[in-house]
Formats: sequence, C-alpha cells, structure tokens
Amino acid sequence: MDDFLIRALLAGIGVALVAGPYGCLVLWRRMAYVGETLAHTALFGVALGLFFEFDLILGMIVAVAVAALLLGLAQRDKRLGSDAILGILASLTLAAGVIIVSATTARLDLFAYLFGDILSVSVRDLVALYAAAAVALAALILMWRPMLAATLHDELARIDGVRVDLVNLLLMLLLALVIAVAGRMVGILLVVALLVIPAAAARRFARTPETMAVLAALIGAASVVAGLWGSFRWDAPTGPSMVVAAGALCLLVWLVPRRRAA
Amino acid sequence: MAPGEVLAAVRGVSLALGGTPILEGVDLAVRAGELVSLIGPNGSGKTTLVRILLGLAPPDSGTIQRRPGLRIGYVPQRLSIDRAMPITAERFLALAPRGGRAERRAALAELGIADLAQRAAQDLSGGEFQRLLLARALLAEPELLVMDEPAQGVDVVGQADLYRWIATLRDRRGCGVLLVSHDLHLVMAATDTVVCLNRHVCCTGQPEAVARHPEYLALFGTAAAAFGVYAHHHDHVHDLAGHVHADNEHDHHHGHVHEHDHAR
Repeated sequence: MDDFLIRALLAGIGVALVAGPYGCLVLWRRMAYVGETLAHTALFGVALGLFFEFDLILGMIVAVAVAALLLGLAQRDKRLGSDAILGILASLTLAAGVIIVSATTARLDLFAYLFGDILSVSVRDLVALYAAAAVALAALILMWRPMLAATLHDELARIDGVRVDLVNLLLMLLLALVIAVAGRMVGILLVVALLVIPAAAARRFARTPETMAVLAALIGAASVVAGLWGSFRWDAPTGPSMVVAAGALCLLVWLVPRRRAA
Repeated sequence: MAPGEVLAAVRGVSLALGGTPILEGVDLAVRAGELVSLIGPNGSGKTTLVRILLGLAPPDSGTIQRRPGLRIGYVPQRLSIDRAMPITAERFLALAPRGGRAERRAALAELGIADLAQRAAQDLSGGEFQRLLLARALLAEPELLVMDEPAQGVDVVGQADLYRWIATLRDRRGCGVLLVSHDLHLVMAATDTVVCLNRHVCCTGQPEAVARHPEYLALFGTAAAAFGVYAHHHDHVHDLAGHVHADNEHDHHHGHVHEHDHAR
C-alpha cells in the first residue's frame, strides 16, 4: 500500500477515535448546530489568515477558539444561545469566509477545505493530529463523571457541587480543537457528520455512556476504512465517501431488529 | 452540624419576571433538625423560592445564606432526562458525587426499587423515577433535604408512607428538611414550622394533630397520624388579580385563628 494511503488511514482512524466520544457528547447535549457553527468559523479563520497574510492554521485555531469562548458564554442566555443565532452565525461565517477567499489573489483549494484533503496528509500533520487527539481524549477522561452529571441534568449537578459552567466551557474549547483537527480530514462541511453519525449508530446498542463512546469510535473507524476503500474503488472524493459509509453503517445498525431487552 | 444551626436562609428576597412580581420580601430559614413545610397555592412562587435558596436562580434583591460546604439532597418537582444518553437507574445514582456500590444498592433497596437497578432510567414510571430521585438525594448524605411536592400524584396512604419515611430520616440524621406542598391545609405531622406563601409570606405557624379534627380522622383512618392540619391566620386577603388588601373584618392583634381561602 502506498505511503500516502497508510497516512490517510492512520489520520482517519485517529480522527474517528476522538470523534466517537465527542460525537456522543454532541448528541447528548444537542450541540450539533453549535458544532456546525464552529466548523464554519474555522473556514472564516483560514480566510482571514489568507487575507491578512498570516499562518492559515493559526488563523483557523484562533478563530475557532474565540468562537468557542463566545458561544460558550452565549449559551447561558436562552435568547443568545438559540437556534436562530447559531443559524445566522453558521451561515454568515461561511459566506463571509468564502467571499474573502475569492477576493484574495492567492490560490486556495476551497474544495479541500470544504470537503477534506485526507490524502495529502503529511507525517507532520499526523503527529499534530495524534497529539491533539491525545490531549482531547485525556481531558475528557479526566472530566468524565462531572461531564456526564452536567450533561444529564444541569441543576442536579450544580447542587451536587459540580462546576457546571467550567465543565461546559472546557467542553466547548475541546470540541473546537476536535473540529479544527477533524475538519482537515473530512472538510468543514462534513466534520459534524463524522461526529454525529457514528454516535447515533452507537446509541442503538449501547446501555451505558462509556459503551456508546467506545462503539462510536469503532464505528467511526470502520466508516473511515470503508470510505477510503470506496473512494478508491469508485474514484470518489474521500471525505464525502467516509461520511456516506458512516451513514450506511448507521442505517444498517438501526435496521437490525433488537431483542426485547430491559 | 449542630442541632438548631441555620443551614440555609433567605432574607427579604424579591423577584420579578417581565414586570410581574413573583416573590416580594420573603424570609425563610431552615435549621438543622427542623422540618419546614412550605405551602401555598399554585403560582405562589414556592418553586422559585426554593431555587433561589439553593442558588439555582438569583433574586432581584435580598440576601441568601448557606452554610459553607452544606450537603444538599434535592428532589425537584419535575425532572426529565433526555433519552439520548443510555443510562441505567443505578448508573444515574453513580453520577452523584458520593456513595460507592454498596451505598447505591442500599439506597435503591430502602426506596423499594432495587429490582429496577439495571432498567434504563428514562423507562421508569413517574413514581419510580421519583423514588430514584429520593435515592439519589439520600446518597448525598444530606444535611439539608429539599423536596418540591414529593407527594404529587401519590394517594393518601402512599403520602402517609412517604411522610413517615421523611420523618424517620430527619430523626435519624438530624438533617434539616424543606418540604414544598401545594396542599393548603394538610401538612406532615412532624412539621416544625409551616410557612404559607403567596408571593409573600402570608402566615407561619405550627400544625395541629389530625386527631384534634374528627372529620379528617374519619377520612384518613390509620394514615391520619402522618398528617397535621394547619390553620391559617391571615390579616389580609388576596383578590383575584393577586393584589393584597387588609382584612378589615378580623383584628389580628387578638391572635384569632381563621381559615382563609386564598383568592387567586
């Protein structure tokens, strides 16, 4: 197998392993739209970097981190954190980003940013990816119980002494990290799909939150492998192929009849 | 925790939502070993007052005092958990900060829901989930137990059982208990202080044993011992719009005890 394929495989699996648990949290907290907004802001950050001529990755990270902080604070207010605001922000940042990109004279492969460029991942990219994934997973494991408590019921957790606001903010920042990193692989328009679809598939058979997180990671990894294979077999764009594979797996899982269990 | 120590208190608390006053100058305190019954009609602000006391919502004015490090067990009136997270009843208890497996099993058994341990928490019936919440409150080894209408939808005999259980808990642990009920006349027999709330504190006092009221005795039979009858003594009335007027028919200086219906 060619080097670039091995790297692509490793990158995809790395993303799937961290997107699994975080995808579960996105589902449990109904944050898919927040994730979408963060992803679009990533492109906006890249566009700004292009326009003002500073490092694109830096631009992306700063933009996503700032958006995460602002959204995290806004979510506390029902009016500010609403669907409408997210819808507006998600569309505006994407549209503004695309306009800025087309306004600059520098060439940017917009398709690669929108739909991923996993086949061009370098060893350096891989190292950065696994480092970020390790940080994101370690942080999640450390915060797991207070995170679950705060997710399940905000107020009971507060009364039990959980620092709910801190946990929520940290999650927002970590999610921004995961999205920035995963967006490189499947593109910012599809990254939320890779978070949500494997988690939704895992829900079918999971009885505990941990089982769901692990299963989501495994299903995500399977989707990546299947998607890579499919994109080669049928000469299709890789990022979208992985998402379609995830979708197919999810459909399959939900069609399997379940034994009447407790 | 010393007996009689103030565990949580609010003074002069007021709150208005969108211009509508919800609470006006309310004082409330719960001491260790004291059982306080907070009663009032629907919409009187009881749940809001409890949330302010617990630090879940800020008042517009007034002070809140809670003993530092206070362990609170809270059983809210309504609680729903999303189906998105797969979680069993026992695991739900494990999310509480205290208690190992043995304590969880014991709490489930004490509430009579041990056989539901592996059931999905979202699949429990209303009553079963209520008991799960009680189990979780127990696990906190609470110094202050706060229950918002725990007898909602429970029949009289079930209510008596619940009240006996709460009284035993209070006696055993010496914790403070704040019980919210929308029943205006019947409270727990073990209640030390009744606070009648309708946006402001209308009256406070102690209940009388049901045995002193033969009609109730006839109605409740063996369950009667768990209840107390509270006679209100208001010096004002509320009109339909919620405005307060002096009640000129009664002279409160003579300490008459009257039954008033709260006009809504």
